[in-house]
Amino acid sequence: MSVAGTVPKPGGAALARRAWAAFVRRREASVLVVAIGLVVYFQAASPLFLTSDNLRNIAQATAPTAIVAVGIVFLLVSGEIDVSVGMVAALAPYLMHYAIDFYGVPAVPAILLALLIAAAVGLVNGLITTRLKVPSFVTTLGMFYLLYGVLLTTSRAYPVAVPEPVKGDLQTWLGAGDWASLCWCLLVVAVFHVVLTRTRWGLHTISAGGNPLGATEAGIRVSRVKVGNFMLVSVFGAFAGLMEAFRINSIDPNIGGGTRITFTAIAAAVIGGTALAGGSGTVIGALLGMFVLAMLQNGFNLIGVSANPFFLIQGIAILVSMIANQYLSRLRRTGRS
Amino acid sequence: MAAFALEVSGVAKRFGALTALRDVNLHVSRGEVLGLLGDNGAGKSTLVKVICGFHRLDSGQILVDGEPVSLRGVDHARSLGIDTVYQDLALVNELSVYHNMFLNREHRMGPLLNNRLMRRLAESHLHAMGVDIPDVTIEAAKLSGGQRQAIAVARSVYSDARILLLDEPLAAMGAKEATIILDLVADLKARGDVAIVIIAHNYAQALQVCDRINILQQGTITFDRPASETSVTELTDLMVAAYRTRRRDETGRA
Repeated sequence: MSVAGTVPKPGGAALARRAWAAFVRRREASVLVVAIGLVVYFQAASPLFLTSDNLRNIAQATAPTAIVAVGIVFLLVSGEIDVSVGMVAALAPYLMHYAIDFYGVPAVPAILLALLIAAAVGLVNGLITTRLKVPSFVTTLGMFYLLYGVLLTTSRAYPVAVPEPVKGDLQTWLGAGDWASLCWCLLVVAVFHVVLTRTRWGLHTISAGGNPLGATEAGIRVSRVKVGNFMLVSVFGAFAGLMEAFRINSIDPNIGGGTRITFTAIAAAVIGGTALAGGSGTVIGALLGMFVLAMLQNGFNLIGVSANPFFLIQGIAILVSMIANQYLSRLRRTGRS
Repeated sequence: MAAFALEVSGVAKRFGALTALRDVNLHVSRGEVLGLLGDNGAGKSTLVKVICGFHRLDSGQILVDGEPVSLRGVDHARSLGIDTVYQDLALVNELSVYHNMFLNREHRMGPLLNNRLMRRLAESHLHAMGVDIPDVTIEAAKLSGGQRQAIAVARSVYSDARILLLDEPLAAMGAKEATIILDLVADLKARGDVAIVIIAHNYAQALQVCDRINILQQGTITFDRPASETSVTELTDLMVAAYRTRRRDETGRA
C-alpha cells in the first residue's frame, strides 16, 4: 500500500508497489502467504515434508473436505450455512451399499442414486430455510441429528465392506487411487471458481447474500439461489463421503467424524476469506485454507508435536484469519489498497 | 382514445391488519411524467412495488397498454417493460459498479458473463449521463450516496424500459447530481415513448419535471391535476390541510 501523496516513481519500485496493492486486494492473499510460510517452515524443520509420500498424505487428507468447503463457500456467500453436510457424507456410502447389496442396483446408478438422495436432503434443507423461514443453522442442525438417526438405525452402527461391483477401476478413480481425490478436488475448485466469479449463478449467489432484499427487487429469485446452493453442498458432501469410503476401503458410520468434515470445511472457507455474513468469499481461498489446516496437522506430526495442541493452533488460525479479514476488508472499503 | 401505457384501477393491498392501499386509480401515458406525492406512510412505495411486480395486489387491476396483466414477479414485470428505481436502490455492495448496472440482466457469452461488454456499456452509459465515476470496476460499497443513486437510475433508464417507476430518485442527491437526473427524465420525456412515474418529496422539483401531479393519501389518490394548474403553495396547503383534518379527527375522537 502506498502512502497517500507519494509520487509514483517510474520503474521497479512503483511497479512492485502496484503489484503489492493488487495482491493485497485479493482475498486469498493472506492465506496464500500463510500457506507458503508453512511449507517453508515445515520443510526446514523436517526434510520429509516435501516428499511425494507425505504430499500424498496431505492431498488425501485435504481433498474430500476441500470439495465440501467449495460447496460451503457458495452457501456462506449466499448467506446461509449447513452443519448437516458431514452426516450426508457419512450416509452416502451406506446409501450406495444398500442400493447395491439389498436392491441389486448396478454400481454407477447406485452412486448416482446416493448423490441424488443427497441433493434431495439439500432441497429439504433449502425449502425449510427459505419457505418456512427457519434459520439455516437450526434447519441443518435438525437435519444433522435426523440423518445421524437414519444412519445408525439402518446400519446398526456397523461398518461394512465396499460392495464388490464398485471395486476395481471405479474405486480407484473415485478415491482409492493415490492422486484421484486430489484431481477431483482441483477439478471442482477450478470449475466452481469460474462459476462463482464468471457466471450468473455466482453473481446471483453473491447478490443473495450481500443484499437479499435488493436482489429480490432486481428480480433475482433469492430463495431459488439459496436452495440450489444447499443442494450443491449436500451433493459435494455425499461425493466426499464416497471418496473417503473408497480410499479407506470400508464403509464406516464414522466417516467424516460426525461434525469433523463440516467444521473443517467451514474453517477452511473462513480461513480462506469467506465472510459468514454472506456476500463475499472465494473458492481458491477455501482450497488454500484447507491446505493450511492439513499442513498444520501433518507438519506437527512430522516434527513430533503431539496431535493435541493441533486444535489449539486451528482455533488460533480461525480467529487470526477472521481478525485479519475484518482488517483487510476495512482497508479495501476505505479504498486505500 | 388510445390506451394508457399504464393504468391502475381499484388496486388494494393489505399487509395483515394494515391496509396500505385502499382503492388506487391512476394512469400515465407515453411521453408523460406523473408525479406521485404524499405523506410518509401514505402508500407510495407500496404502490410502486405493486406495479413493478414485487408485491401481489389483493384486488383491482393493472393494465399495460390497455391489456390487463397479472404480474407474477419482478422478472415478469420487467419483461413487460416495467422497470423500477427503488427507494433503497437495490444495489449489492459487494459487486462492482458494472455488475450492479447489469444485475439480473447480465450479458453473456455462452455460460460465462461477458464482463468486457458490460464494463464498456456501463462506462459509456455513465459518461452519457454525465456521472463522474472514474472506475466502474470498484465495489458499489465505495460510492457516495449520490453516485449510488445515479447508478441505480442509470440501470433502469438504460434497460429499454417503457414504463419507468422512480421511487424518490433525488433523495440523496446534491444539486448537481439532482440536475443530472432531472435532465435525464426530461430527455426520456422528449423521446416520447416512455411513461414515467416519479415519487417525490420536493414539490418544486416535482412541478419542474412532471406533467401531472397525483397525491396519494391514506391509500387512495385524492388529487389529480396537470402540473401547470397547480403550485407549490397549493400542494403544500393540501398536505397541511389533510394533516390538520386528521389531527382534529383524532383529537376529537380521543
